[in-house]
Amino acid sequence: MADVSKLSSTTTAPAPLSRWKMRLIRRPEIVLSPILLVTVLGLWEGGVRFFDVPSYMLPRVSTIIYGLYQGFAISIFSRGGYWLNGAVTLAEVLLGFVIGSAIGLVLGIFISQIRLLDATLRPYIVAFQCLPKVAIAPIIVMWFGYDITSKVVMVTMLCFFPLLVNCMVGFRSVDTDRIELLRSLSATPSQIFWKVKFPSALPFIFAGLDIAAVFAIVGAIVGEFVGAQLGLGVQILSMNAQMDTAGSFSVCIVLAVMGLVLNYSIRAVQRRVLFWAPSEAIQQPINV
Amino acid sequence: MSPETATANNHRAANDAAPPFIAIRHVGKTFTTLRGDQINALVDIDCAIGDGTFITIVGPSGCGKSTLLRILAGLIPITTGRVEIGGDAVTGPRRDIGMVFQSSILLPWRTVLDNVMLPAEILGIPKAQARERALSLLSMVRLEGFENKYPQELSGGMQQRASIARALLHDPKILLMDEPFGALDAMTREQMNLELQRIWQKSGKTVVLVTHSISEAVFLGDRVLVMTPRPGRLETVIPVKIARPRGLDGMATPEFGGITHEIRRLLKQEGTIE
Repeated sequence: MADVSKLSSTTTAPAPLSRWKMRLIRRPEIVLSPILLVTVLGLWEGGVRFFDVPSYMLPRVSTIIYGLYQGFAISIFSRGGYWLNGAVTLAEVLLGFVIGSAIGLVLGIFISQIRLLDATLRPYIVAFQCLPKVAIAPIIVMWFGYDITSKVVMVTMLCFFPLLVNCMVGFRSVDTDRIELLRSLSATPSQIFWKVKFPSALPFIFAGLDIAAVFAIVGAIVGEFVGAQLGLGVQILSMNAQMDTAGSFSVCIVLAVMGLVLNYSIRAVQRRVLFWAPSEAIQQPINV
Repeated sequence: MSPETATANNHRAANDAAPPFIAIRHVGKTFTTLRGDQINALVDIDCAIGDGTFITIVGPSGCGKSTLLRILAGLIPITTGRVEIGGDAVTGPRRDIGMVFQSSILLPWRTVLDNVMLPAEILGIPKAQARERALSLLSMVRLEGFENKYPQELSGGMQQRASIARALLHDPKILLMDEPFGALDAMTREQMNLELQRIWQKSGKTVVLVTHSISEAVFLGDRVLVMTPRPGRLETVIPVKIARPRGLDGMATPEFGGITHEIRRLLKQEGTIE
Protein backbone atom coordinates (compact mmCIF):
# COMPACT_ATOMS: atom_id res chain seq x y z
CA MET A 1 0.00 0.00 0.00
CA ALA A 2 2.81 2.40 0.95
CA ASP A 3 4.48 1.88 -2.42
CA VAL A 4 1.29 2.60 -4.29
CA SER A 5 0.70 5.91 -2.51
CA LYS A 6 4.31 6.94 -3.15
CA LEU A 7 3.92 6.19 -6.82
CA SER A 8 0.74 8.17 -7.24
CA SER A 9 2.10 11.16 -5.33
CA THR A 10 5.13 11.40 -7.61
CA THR A 11 3.04 11.30 -10.75
CA THR A 12 0.66 14.03 -9.54
CA ALA A 13 3.44 16.29 -8.23
CA PRO A 14 3.81 18.61 -11.27
CA ALA A 15 0.02 18.87 -11.57
CA PRO A 16 -0.49 22.52 -10.40
CA LEU A 17 1.67 23.76 -13.27
CA SER A 18 -0.38 22.21 -16.04
CA ARG A 19 -3.93 21.90 -14.77
CA TRP A 20 -5.26 23.56 -17.87
CA LYS A 21 -3.15 21.37 -20.09
CA MET A 22 -4.26 18.24 -18.23
CA ARG A 23 -7.88 19.17 -18.71
CA LEU A 24 -7.25 19.92 -22.36
CA ILE A 25 -5.65 16.52 -22.94
CA ARG A 26 -8.49 14.74 -21.21
CA ARG A 27 -11.29 16.73 -22.86
CA PRO A 28 -10.03 18.36 -26.07
CA GLU A 29 -13.64 19.04 -27.12
CA ILE A 30 -13.87 22.04 -24.75
CA VAL A 31 -11.56 23.85 -27.17
CA LEU A 32 -12.47 22.06 -30.39
CA SER A 33 -16.20 22.88 -30.19
CA PRO A 34 -15.74 26.68 -30.09
CA ILE A 35 -13.05 26.45 -32.80
CA LEU A 36 -15.50 24.56 -35.02
CA LEU A 37 -18.20 27.20 -34.46
CA VAL A 38 -15.89 30.10 -35.28
CA THR A 39 -14.55 28.29 -38.36
CA VAL A 40 -18.01 27.49 -39.75
CA LEU A 41 -19.28 31.03 -39.14
CA GLY A 42 -16.10 32.46 -40.67
CA LEU A 43 -16.43 30.28 -43.78
CA TRP A 44 -20.09 31.28 -44.02
CA GLU A 45 -19.36 35.00 -43.78
CA GLY A 46 -16.36 34.78 -46.12
CA GLY A 47 -18.11 32.52 -48.63
CA VAL A 48 -21.19 34.72 -48.86
CA ARG A 49 -19.02 37.83 -49.39
CA PHE A 50 -16.65 36.09 -51.83
CA PHE A 51 -19.31 34.52 -54.06
CA ASP A 52 -21.59 37.54 -53.67
CA VAL A 53 -24.61 35.44 -52.63
CA PRO A 54 -27.80 37.54 -52.60
CA SER A 55 -28.84 38.19 -48.99
CA TYR A 56 -32.40 36.87 -49.49
CA MET A 57 -30.85 33.46 -50.38
CA LEU A 58 -28.24 33.30 -47.63
CA PRO A 59 -27.56 36.36 -45.50
CA ARG A 60 -24.19 37.14 -43.98
CA VAL A 61 -23.61 36.06 -40.37
CA SER A 62 -23.03 39.69 -39.44
CA THR A 63 -26.38 40.70 -40.94
CA ILE A 64 -28.15 38.00 -38.93
CA ILE A 65 -26.51 39.22 -35.73
CA TYR A 66 -27.47 42.79 -36.59
CA GLY A 67 -31.05 41.61 -37.21
CA LEU A 68 -31.00 40.00 -33.77
CA TYR A 69 -29.85 43.31 -32.26
CA GLN A 70 -32.52 45.26 -34.14
CA GLY A 71 -35.25 42.87 -33.00
CA PHE A 72 -34.39 43.45 -29.37
CA ALA A 73 -33.49 47.14 -29.68
CA ILE A 74 -37.14 48.02 -30.44
CA SER A 75 -39.62 48.93 -27.67
CA ILE A 76 -40.82 45.89 -25.74
CA PHE A 77 -44.41 46.65 -26.79
CA SER A 78 -43.67 46.94 -30.51
CA ARG A 79 -45.55 44.42 -32.65
CA GLY A 80 -42.49 44.11 -34.87
CA GLY A 81 -40.01 43.43 -32.06
CA TYR A 82 -38.78 40.19 -30.51
CA TRP A 83 -39.82 41.14 -26.97
CA LEU A 84 -43.58 41.11 -27.47
CA ASN A 85 -43.61 38.28 -30.03
CA GLY A 86 -41.17 36.25 -27.98
CA ALA A 87 -43.30 36.75 -24.87
CA VAL A 88 -46.43 35.57 -26.70
CA THR A 89 -44.69 32.45 -28.03
CA LEU A 90 -43.11 31.74 -24.64
CA ALA A 91 -46.51 32.09 -22.95
CA GLU A 92 -48.04 29.61 -25.41
CA VAL A 93 -45.16 27.20 -24.87
CA LEU A 94 -45.21 27.36 -21.08
CA LEU A 95 -49.00 27.25 -20.71
CA GLY A 96 -49.36 24.36 -23.16
CA PHE A 97 -46.42 22.53 -21.62
CA VAL A 98 -47.78 22.75 -18.09
CA ILE A 99 -51.38 21.91 -19.02
CA GLY A 100 -50.48 19.15 -21.50
CA SER A 101 -47.91 17.51 -19.23
CA ALA A 102 -50.26 17.65 -16.24
CA ILE A 103 -53.15 16.06 -18.14
CA GLY A 104 -50.83 13.45 -19.67
CA LEU A 105 -49.36 12.61 -16.27
CA VAL A 106 -52.69 12.29 -14.48
CA LEU A 107 -54.37 10.30 -17.27
CA GLY A 108 -51.26 8.16 -17.73
CA ILE A 109 -51.21 7.27 -14.04
CA PHE A 110 -54.94 6.59 -14.00
CA ILE A 111 -54.88 4.38 -17.11
CA SER A 112 -51.83 2.41 -16.04
CA GLN A 113 -53.38 1.53 -12.68
CA ILE A 114 -56.37 -0.17 -14.29
CA ARG A 115 -55.24 -3.12 -16.36
CA LEU A 116 -58.45 -3.42 -18.40
CA LEU A 117 -58.47 0.30 -19.25
CA ASP A 118 -54.83 0.10 -20.28
CA ALA A 119 -55.44 -2.89 -22.56
CA THR A 120 -58.57 -1.35 -24.10
CA LEU A 121 -57.04 2.05 -24.87
CA ARG A 122 -53.55 0.92 -25.91
CA PRO A 123 -54.24 0.30 -29.64
CA TYR A 124 -55.81 3.75 -30.02
CA ILE A 125 -52.98 5.46 -28.19
CA VAL A 126 -50.46 3.66 -30.40
CA ALA A 127 -52.46 4.67 -33.50
CA PHE A 128 -52.58 8.29 -32.37
CA GLN A 129 -48.85 8.12 -31.70
CA CYS A 130 -48.24 7.42 -35.38
CA LEU A 131 -50.31 10.39 -36.51
CA PRO A 132 -48.13 13.47 -37.10
CA LYS A 133 -50.07 15.68 -34.72
CA VAL A 134 -49.00 18.95 -36.35
CA ALA A 135 -51.21 17.86 -39.27
CA ILE A 136 -54.31 18.82 -37.33
CA ALA A 137 -53.03 22.33 -36.57
CA PRO A 138 -55.36 23.91 -39.20
CA ILE A 139 -58.37 22.19 -37.62
CA ILE A 140 -57.39 23.40 -34.16
CA VAL A 141 -56.96 26.97 -35.40
CA MET A 142 -60.39 26.74 -37.03
CA TRP A 143 -61.94 25.54 -33.76
CA PHE A 144 -60.17 27.88 -31.36
CA GLY A 145 -59.52 30.96 -33.48
CA TYR A 146 -56.53 33.18 -34.20
CA ASP A 147 -55.70 34.29 -30.70
CA ILE A 148 -53.42 32.59 -28.20
CA THR A 149 -55.95 29.85 -27.23
CA SER A 150 -55.52 27.76 -30.38
CA LYS A 151 -51.73 27.75 -29.97
CA VAL A 152 -52.00 26.74 -26.31
CA VAL A 153 -54.31 23.89 -27.34
CA MET A 154 -51.83 22.84 -30.01
CA VAL A 155 -48.91 22.80 -27.54
CA THR A 156 -51.05 21.05 -24.94
CA MET A 157 -51.83 18.28 -27.38
CA LEU A 158 -48.22 17.81 -28.39
CA CYS A 159 -47.04 17.70 -24.75
CA PHE A 160 -49.84 15.40 -23.66
CA PHE A 161 -48.77 12.29 -25.58
CA PRO A 162 -45.15 11.92 -24.49
CA LEU A 163 -46.28 12.14 -20.87
CA LEU A 164 -49.17 9.73 -21.34
CA VAL A 165 -47.10 7.14 -23.17
CA ASN A 166 -44.06 7.40 -20.90
CA CYS A 167 -46.30 7.12 -17.83
CA MET A 168 -47.88 3.98 -19.20
CA VAL A 169 -44.48 2.47 -20.04
CA GLY A 170 -42.99 3.63 -16.74
CA PHE A 171 -45.68 2.19 -14.50
CA ARG A 172 -45.72 -1.03 -16.47
CA SER A 173 -41.98 -1.54 -16.02
CA VAL A 174 -41.94 -1.17 -12.22
CA ASP A 175 -39.85 -3.99 -10.77
CA THR A 176 -42.34 -6.60 -9.50
CA ASP A 177 -39.93 -7.56 -6.70
CA ARG A 178 -40.35 -4.08 -5.21
CA ILE A 179 -44.10 -4.48 -5.23
CA GLU A 180 -43.86 -7.95 -3.70
CA LEU A 181 -41.60 -6.58 -0.94
CA LEU A 182 -44.28 -4.06 0.00
CA ARG A 183 -47.05 -6.63 -0.28
CA SER A 184 -45.14 -8.92 2.09
CA LEU A 185 -45.30 -6.08 4.63
CA SER A 186 -49.09 -5.89 4.13
CA ALA A 187 -48.87 -2.47 2.46
CA THR A 188 -52.04 -0.83 1.13
CA PRO A 189 -52.38 -0.12 -2.62
CA SER A 190 -51.83 3.59 -2.00
CA GLN A 191 -48.65 2.90 0.00
CA ILE A 192 -47.41 0.67 -2.83
CA PHE A 193 -48.17 3.47 -5.29
CA TRP A 194 -46.44 6.31 -3.46
CA LYS A 195 -43.51 4.44 -1.99
CA VAL A 196 -42.59 2.27 -4.95
CA LYS A 197 -44.52 2.69 -8.18
CA PHE A 198 -44.41 6.46 -8.55
CA PRO A 199 -40.69 6.91 -7.72
CA SER A 200 -39.84 3.93 -9.95
CA ALA A 201 -41.71 5.52 -12.88
CA LEU A 202 -40.12 8.97 -12.37
CA PRO A 203 -37.19 8.46 -14.79
CA PHE A 204 -39.75 7.68 -17.52
CA ILE A 205 -41.86 10.70 -16.57
CA PHE A 206 -38.83 12.99 -16.80
CA ALA A 207 -37.87 11.49 -20.17
CA GLY A 208 -41.42 12.38 -21.24
CA LEU A 209 -40.99 15.96 -20.00
CA ASP A 210 -37.75 16.26 -21.99
CA ILE A 211 -39.54 15.28 -25.18
CA ALA A 212 -42.56 17.46 -24.37
CA ALA A 213 -40.33 20.53 -23.99
CA VAL A 214 -39.01 20.09 -27.52
CA PHE A 215 -42.48 19.42 -28.92
CA ALA A 216 -43.92 22.46 -27.13
CA ILE A 217 -41.91 24.91 -29.23
CA VAL A 218 -42.63 22.98 -32.44
CA GLY A 219 -46.36 23.11 -31.61
CA ALA A 220 -46.37 26.84 -30.89
CA ILE A 221 -44.51 27.72 -34.12
CA VAL A 222 -46.63 25.45 -36.32
CA GLY A 223 -49.77 26.88 -34.71
CA GLU A 224 -48.56 30.40 -35.40
CA PHE A 225 -47.70 29.50 -39.00
CA VAL A 226 -51.28 28.35 -39.54
CA GLY A 227 -52.93 31.39 -38.07
CA ALA A 228 -52.04 33.91 -35.37
CA GLN A 229 -51.78 37.64 -34.76
CA LEU A 230 -48.62 37.68 -32.66
CA GLY A 231 -45.68 35.40 -31.96
CA LEU A 232 -42.26 34.52 -33.33
CA GLY A 233 -43.85 32.19 -35.90
CA VAL A 234 -45.91 35.07 -37.26
CA GLN A 235 -42.76 37.16 -37.42
CA ILE A 236 -40.91 34.49 -39.42
CA LEU A 237 -43.80 34.42 -41.90
CA SER A 238 -43.91 38.19 -42.34
CA MET A 239 -40.13 38.45 -42.64
CA ASN A 240 -40.16 35.72 -45.25
CA ALA A 241 -42.82 37.61 -47.18
CA GLN A 242 -40.53 40.67 -47.18
CA MET A 243 -37.53 38.50 -48.18
CA ASP A 244 -35.88 39.47 -44.89
CA THR A 245 -34.03 36.14 -44.61
CA ALA A 246 -31.53 37.51 -42.10
CA GLY A 247 -34.49 38.40 -39.86
CA SER A 248 -35.91 34.87 -40.14
CA PHE A 249 -32.54 33.42 -39.17
CA SER A 250 -32.32 35.70 -36.17
CA VAL A 251 -35.78 34.60 -34.97
CA CYS A 252 -34.60 30.99 -35.25
CA ILE A 253 -31.72 31.85 -32.92
CA VAL A 254 -34.20 33.26 -30.39
CA LEU A 255 -36.23 30.04 -30.65
CA ALA A 256 -33.14 27.90 -30.19
CA VAL A 257 -32.18 29.79 -27.05
CA MET A 258 -35.74 29.43 -25.74
CA GLY A 259 -35.57 25.67 -26.33
CA LEU A 260 -32.17 25.40 -24.67
CA VAL A 261 -33.29 27.26 -21.55
CA LEU A 262 -36.44 25.13 -21.24
CA ASN A 263 -34.48 21.93 -21.72
CA TYR A 264 -31.78 23.01 -19.29
CA SER A 265 -34.36 23.90 -16.61
CA ILE A 266 -35.93 20.45 -16.85
CA ARG A 267 -32.53 18.75 -16.70
CA ALA A 268 -31.63 20.81 -13.65
CA VAL A 269 -34.77 19.65 -11.81
CA GLN A 270 -34.18 16.12 -13.06
CA ARG A 271 -30.65 16.03 -11.67
CA ARG A 272 -31.96 16.99 -8.24
CA VAL A 273 -34.93 14.61 -8.21
CA LEU A 274 -33.36 11.65 -10.01
CA PHE A 275 -29.92 11.77 -8.41
CA TRP A 276 -30.23 8.04 -7.82
CA ALA A 277 -31.03 6.97 -11.37
CA PRO A 278 -28.40 5.95 -13.91
CA SER A 279 -27.58 8.98 -16.04
CA GLU A 280 -28.46 7.58 -19.45
CA ALA A 281 -31.93 8.83 -20.28
CA ILE A 282 -34.76 6.52 -21.14
CA GLN A 283 -35.73 7.96 -24.50
CA GLN A 284 -38.75 6.85 -26.45
CA PRO A 285 -39.07 7.82 -30.09
CA ILE A 286 -42.34 9.69 -30.42
CA ASN A 287 -43.78 11.27 -33.53
CA VAL A 288 -44.35 14.99 -33.73
CA MET B 1 -29.75 -8.59 22.63
CA SER B 2 -28.17 -11.11 25.03
CA PRO B 3 -31.44 -12.05 26.85
CA GLU B 4 -32.85 -12.93 23.43
CA THR B 5 -30.02 -15.42 22.93
CA ALA B 6 -31.02 -17.23 26.07
CA THR B 7 -34.68 -17.49 25.06
CA ALA B 8 -33.65 -18.67 21.61
CA ASN B 9 -31.68 -21.51 23.08
CA ASN B 10 -34.52 -22.43 25.42
CA HIS B 11 -36.94 -22.54 22.53
CA ARG B 12 -34.72 -24.86 20.62
CA ALA B 13 -34.29 -27.18 23.60
CA ALA B 14 -38.05 -27.38 24.15
CA ASN B 15 -38.75 -27.50 20.44
CA ASP B 16 -39.76 -31.14 20.09
CA ALA B 17 -42.24 -31.04 22.96
CA ALA B 18 -43.90 -27.67 22.19
CA PRO B 19 -46.83 -27.38 19.74
CA PRO B 20 -45.61 -26.33 16.27
CA PHE B 21 -45.32 -22.60 15.68
CA ILE B 22 -45.83 -22.94 11.94
CA ALA B 23 -48.06 -25.83 10.88
CA ILE B 24 -48.18 -26.80 7.21
CA ARG B 25 -51.01 -29.29 6.82
CA HIS B 26 -51.43 -31.25 3.56
CA VAL B 27 -50.79 -28.15 1.49
CA GLY B 28 -51.27 -28.37 -2.25
CA LYS B 29 -50.87 -25.62 -4.84
CA THR B 30 -52.05 -25.86 -8.42
CA PHE B 31 -51.31 -23.15 -10.97
CA THR B 32 -53.34 -22.74 -14.12
CA THR B 33 -51.30 -21.61 -17.10
CA LEU B 34 -52.55 -19.10 -19.67
CA ARG B 35 -53.36 -22.02 -21.97
CA GLY B 36 -55.52 -23.56 -19.28
CA ASP B 37 -53.15 -26.37 -18.28
CA GLN B 38 -53.00 -27.34 -14.63
CA ILE B 39 -49.57 -27.51 -13.03
CA ASN B 40 -49.08 -29.09 -9.62
CA ALA B 41 -46.47 -26.89 -7.99
CA LEU B 42 -46.90 -28.47 -4.57
CA VAL B 43 -48.50 -31.76 -3.56
CA ASP B 44 -49.44 -32.72 0.00
CA ILE B 45 -46.73 -30.82 1.89
CA ASP B 46 -47.01 -31.65 5.56
CA CYS B 47 -44.64 -30.46 8.23
CA ALA B 48 -44.34 -28.54 11.49
CA ILE B 49 -41.83 -25.87 12.39
CA GLY B 50 -40.97 -25.15 16.01
CA ASP B 51 -40.64 -21.67 17.47
CA GLY B 52 -37.12 -20.27 17.24
CA THR B 53 -35.80 -22.98 14.95
CA PHE B 54 -33.80 -22.54 11.77
CA ILE B 55 -35.36 -24.49 8.94
CA THR B 56 -33.75 -24.75 5.52
CA ILE B 57 -35.51 -25.95 2.39
CA VAL B 58 -33.33 -27.41 -0.32
CA GLY B 59 -34.16 -28.79 -3.72
CA PRO B 60 -33.52 -28.30 -7.41
CA SER B 61 -35.25 -25.53 -9.31
CA GLY B 62 -38.89 -26.22 -10.03
CA CYS B 63 -39.46 -28.16 -6.80
CA GLY B 64 -41.79 -25.46 -5.48
CA LYS B 65 -39.59 -24.32 -2.59
CA SER B 66 -40.02 -20.64 -3.36
CA THR B 67 -43.75 -21.18 -3.83
CA LEU B 68 -43.92 -22.74 -0.37
CA LEU B 69 -42.12 -19.74 1.10
CA ARG B 70 -44.51 -17.29 -0.62
CA ILE B 71 -47.41 -19.30 0.76
CA LEU B 72 -46.00 -18.93 4.30
CA ALA B 73 -45.65 -15.17 3.63
CA GLY B 74 -49.31 -15.02 2.64
CA LEU B 75 -48.39 -13.68 -0.79
CA ILE B 76 -50.13 -16.45 -2.73
CA PRO B 77 -53.17 -18.52 -1.70
CA ILE B 78 -53.09 -22.31 -1.37
CA THR B 79 -55.29 -24.67 -3.36
CA THR B 80 -55.73 -27.38 -0.74
CA GLY B 81 -54.76 -27.91 2.89
CA ARG B 82 -54.10 -25.39 5.63
CA VAL B 83 -51.25 -23.24 6.90
CA GLU B 84 -51.24 -21.99 10.48
CA ILE B 85 -48.89 -19.61 12.21
CA GLY B 86 -49.22 -19.46 15.99
CA GLY B 87 -52.59 -21.19 15.68
CA ASP B 88 -54.12 -18.75 13.14
CA ALA B 89 -54.76 -19.72 9.54
CA VAL B 90 -52.67 -17.73 7.05
CA THR B 91 -54.95 -15.83 4.69
CA GLY B 92 -52.73 -12.93 3.58
CA PRO B 93 -49.55 -11.04 4.40
CA ARG B 94 -48.90 -10.80 8.12
CA ARG B 95 -47.23 -8.16 10.23
CA ASP B 96 -45.12 -10.66 12.16
CA ILE B 97 -43.16 -11.82 9.11
CA GLY B 98 -39.99 -10.35 7.67
CA MET B 99 -38.91 -11.34 4.19
CA VAL B 100 -35.53 -11.41 2.49
CA PHE B 101 -35.46 -11.95 -1.26
CA GLN B 102 -32.83 -13.19 -3.68
CA SER B 103 -31.92 -9.63 -4.56
CA SER B 104 -31.75 -7.03 -1.83
CA ILE B 105 -34.53 -4.87 -3.37
CA LEU B 106 -33.26 -1.73 -1.69
CA LEU B 107 -34.93 1.37 -3.10
CA PRO B 108 -32.20 3.41 -4.82
CA TRP B 109 -33.74 6.79 -3.92
CA ARG B 110 -33.55 6.08 -0.19
CA THR B 111 -30.48 6.01 2.02
CA VAL B 112 -29.58 2.73 3.70
CA LEU B 113 -31.18 3.97 6.94
CA ASP B 114 -34.40 5.02 5.19
CA ASN B 115 -34.52 1.67 3.40
CA VAL B 116 -34.22 -0.18 6.69
CA MET B 117 -36.98 2.05 8.14
CA LEU B 118 -39.38 1.30 5.26
CA PRO B 119 -41.40 -1.34 7.19
CA ALA B 120 -41.98 1.23 9.97
CA GLU B 121 -43.66 3.62 7.53
CA ILE B 122 -45.89 0.86 6.24
CA LEU B 123 -46.80 -0.60 9.59
CA GLY B 124 -47.15 2.77 11.33
CA ILE B 125 -44.35 2.38 13.85
CA PRO B 126 -43.36 5.76 15.41
CA LYS B 127 -40.39 7.23 13.56
CA ALA B 128 -38.08 7.91 16.50
CA GLN B 129 -38.51 4.39 17.80
CA ALA B 130 -37.97 2.90 14.34
CA ARG B 131 -34.86 4.98 13.81
CA GLU B 132 -33.30 3.80 17.02
CA ARG B 133 -34.06 0.19 16.18
CA ALA B 134 -32.81 0.60 12.60
CA LEU B 135 -29.50 1.97 13.84
CA SER B 136 -29.02 -0.90 16.27
CA LEU B 137 -29.93 -3.44 13.55
CA LEU B 138 -27.49 -1.81 11.15
CA SER B 139 -24.76 -2.21 13.72
CA MET B 140 -25.81 -5.83 14.24
CA VAL B 141 -25.35 -6.52 10.52
CA ARG B 142 -22.05 -4.57 10.70
CA LEU B 143 -23.12 -1.62 8.60
CA GLU B 144 -22.59 1.16 11.13
CA GLY B 145 -21.25 4.22 9.35
CA PHE B 146 -23.18 3.39 6.17
CA GLU B 147 -26.57 4.77 7.33
CA ASN B 148 -26.48 7.76 5.02
CA LYS B 149 -25.01 6.00 1.99
CA TYR B 150 -27.20 5.03 -0.93
CA PRO B 151 -27.59 1.32 -1.79
CA GLN B 152 -25.72 1.76 -5.09
CA GLU B 153 -22.62 2.68 -3.07
CA LEU B 154 -22.64 -0.68 -1.23
CA SER B 155 -21.26 -4.05 -2.31
CA GLY B 156 -23.66 -6.93 -3.02
CA GLY B 157 -23.00 -8.55 0.36
CA MET B 158 -23.55 -5.27 2.20
CA GLN B 159 -26.78 -4.65 0.32
CA GLN B 160 -28.07 -8.05 1.33
CA ARG B 161 -27.09 -7.41 4.97
CA ALA B 162 -29.05 -4.14 4.83
CA SER B 163 -32.05 -6.04 3.50
CA ILE B 164 -31.78 -8.47 6.43
CA ALA B 165 -31.79 -5.50 8.81
CA ARG B 166 -34.90 -4.18 7.03
CA ALA B 167 -36.62 -7.56 7.37
CA LEU B 168 -35.99 -7.47 11.14
CA LEU B 169 -37.04 -3.85 11.71
CA HIS B 170 -40.60 -4.51 12.87
CA ASP B 171 -39.33 -7.30 15.12
CA PRO B 172 -41.16 -10.10 13.26
CA LYS B 173 -41.37 -13.54 14.85
CA ILE B 174 -40.57 -15.21 11.55
CA LEU B 175 -37.88 -14.49 8.98
CA LEU B 176 -38.51 -15.95 5.52
CA MET B 177 -35.52 -15.98 3.19
CA ASP B 178 -35.75 -16.85 -0.49
CA GLU B 179 -32.28 -17.85 -1.75
CA PRO B 180 -30.89 -14.73 -0.09
CA PHE B 181 -27.25 -15.39 -0.99
CA GLY B 182 -27.78 -16.96 -4.41
CA ALA B 183 -26.48 -13.91 -6.24
CA LEU B 184 -23.28 -13.61 -4.19
CA ASP B 185 -19.87 -15.08 -4.95
CA ALA B 186 -18.83 -18.21 -3.03
CA MET B 187 -16.58 -16.48 -0.51
CA THR B 188 -18.99 -13.69 0.34
CA ARG B 189 -21.67 -16.33 0.61
CA GLU B 190 -19.78 -18.29 3.28
CA GLN B 191 -19.21 -15.08 5.21
CA MET B 192 -22.92 -14.29 4.97
CA ASN B 193 -23.80 -17.76 6.24
CA LEU B 194 -21.68 -17.16 9.32
CA GLU B 195 -23.24 -13.71 9.76
CA LEU B 196 -26.73 -15.08 9.42
CA GLN B 197 -26.09 -17.78 12.01
CA ARG B 198 -24.81 -15.12 14.40
CA ILE B 199 -27.76 -12.80 13.73
CA TRP B 200 -30.22 -15.65 14.22
CA GLN B 201 -28.61 -16.71 17.50
CA LYS B 202 -28.79 -13.11 18.70
CA SER B 203 -32.37 -12.46 17.67
CA GLY B 204 -34.07 -15.79 18.40
CA LYS B 205 -36.33 -15.65 15.33
CA THR B 206 -37.87 -18.60 13.57
CA VAL B 207 -36.10 -18.69 10.20
CA VAL B 208 -37.19 -20.50 7.05
CA LEU B 209 -34.49 -20.27 4.38
CA VAL B 210 -34.83 -21.57 0.85
CA THR B 211 -31.65 -22.48 -1.00
CA HIS B 212 -30.40 -24.65 -3.83
CA SER B 213 -27.07 -25.18 -2.10
CA ILE B 214 -26.98 -28.43 -0.13
CA SER B 215 -24.01 -27.38 2.00
CA GLU B 216 -25.64 -24.04 2.84
CA ALA B 217 -28.81 -25.88 3.87
CA VAL B 218 -26.90 -28.25 6.15
CA PHE B 219 -24.63 -25.54 7.56
CA LEU B 220 -27.51 -23.31 8.62
CA GLY B 221 -30.44 -25.60 9.33
CA ASP B 222 -31.63 -27.25 12.51
CA ARG B 223 -33.61 -29.36 10.09
CA VAL B 224 -33.38 -29.56 6.32
CA LEU B 225 -36.53 -30.06 4.27
CA VAL B 226 -35.55 -31.87 1.09
CA MET B 227 -37.93 -31.25 -1.80
CA THR B 228 -38.17 -32.89 -5.22
CA PRO B 229 -39.77 -31.48 -8.38
CA ARG B 230 -42.56 -32.38 -10.83
CA PRO B 231 -44.71 -32.34 -8.82
CA GLY B 232 -43.19 -30.43 -5.87
CA ARG B 233 -43.14 -32.82 -2.93
CA LEU B 234 -41.50 -32.88 0.48
CA GLU B 235 -39.16 -35.85 0.13
CA THR B 236 -37.92 -35.98 3.70
CA VAL B 237 -36.89 -33.92 6.71
CA ILE B 238 -33.30 -34.36 7.88
CA PRO B 239 -32.29 -33.18 11.35
CA VAL B 240 -28.83 -31.63 11.63
CA LYS B 241 -27.50 -32.19 15.13
CA ILE B 242 -24.23 -30.30 14.77
CA ALA B 243 -23.48 -28.02 17.74
CA ARG B 244 -23.84 -24.23 17.43
CA PRO B 245 -22.23 -21.96 16.63
CA ARG B 246 -21.05 -23.85 13.61
CA GLY B 247 -17.81 -22.78 11.95
CA LEU B 248 -16.75 -23.10 8.35
CA ASP B 249 -14.22 -25.73 9.48
CA GLY B 250 -17.15 -27.90 10.47
CA MET B 251 -17.93 -28.38 6.80
CA ALA B 252 -14.91 -30.70 6.58
CA THR B 253 -16.11 -33.06 9.33
CA PRO B 254 -17.43 -36.56 8.51
CA GLU B 255 -20.73 -35.68 10.23
CA PHE B 256 -21.31 -32.74 7.87
CA GLY B 257 -20.16 -34.75 4.88
CA GLY B 258 -22.48 -37.61 5.83
CA ILE B 259 -25.55 -35.40 5.88
CA THR B 260 -24.78 -33.61 2.61
CA HIS B 261 -24.06 -36.99 1.03
CA GLU B 262 -27.40 -38.33 2.26
CA ILE B 263 -29.27 -35.35 0.77
CA ARG B 264 -27.41 -35.64 -2.51
CA ARG B 265 -28.28 -39.35 -2.60
CA LEU B 266 -31.98 -38.61 -2.00
CA LEU B 267 -32.10 -36.06 -4.80
CA LYS B 268 -30.17 -38.35 -7.15
CA GLN B 269 -32.56 -41.19 -6.41
CA GLU B 270 -35.35 -38.95 -7.62
CA GLY B 271 -33.44 -38.35 -10.82
CA THR B 272 -33.07 -34.63 -10.21
CA ILE B 273 -29.27 -34.56 -10.13
CA GLU B 274 -27.19 -36.13 -12.87
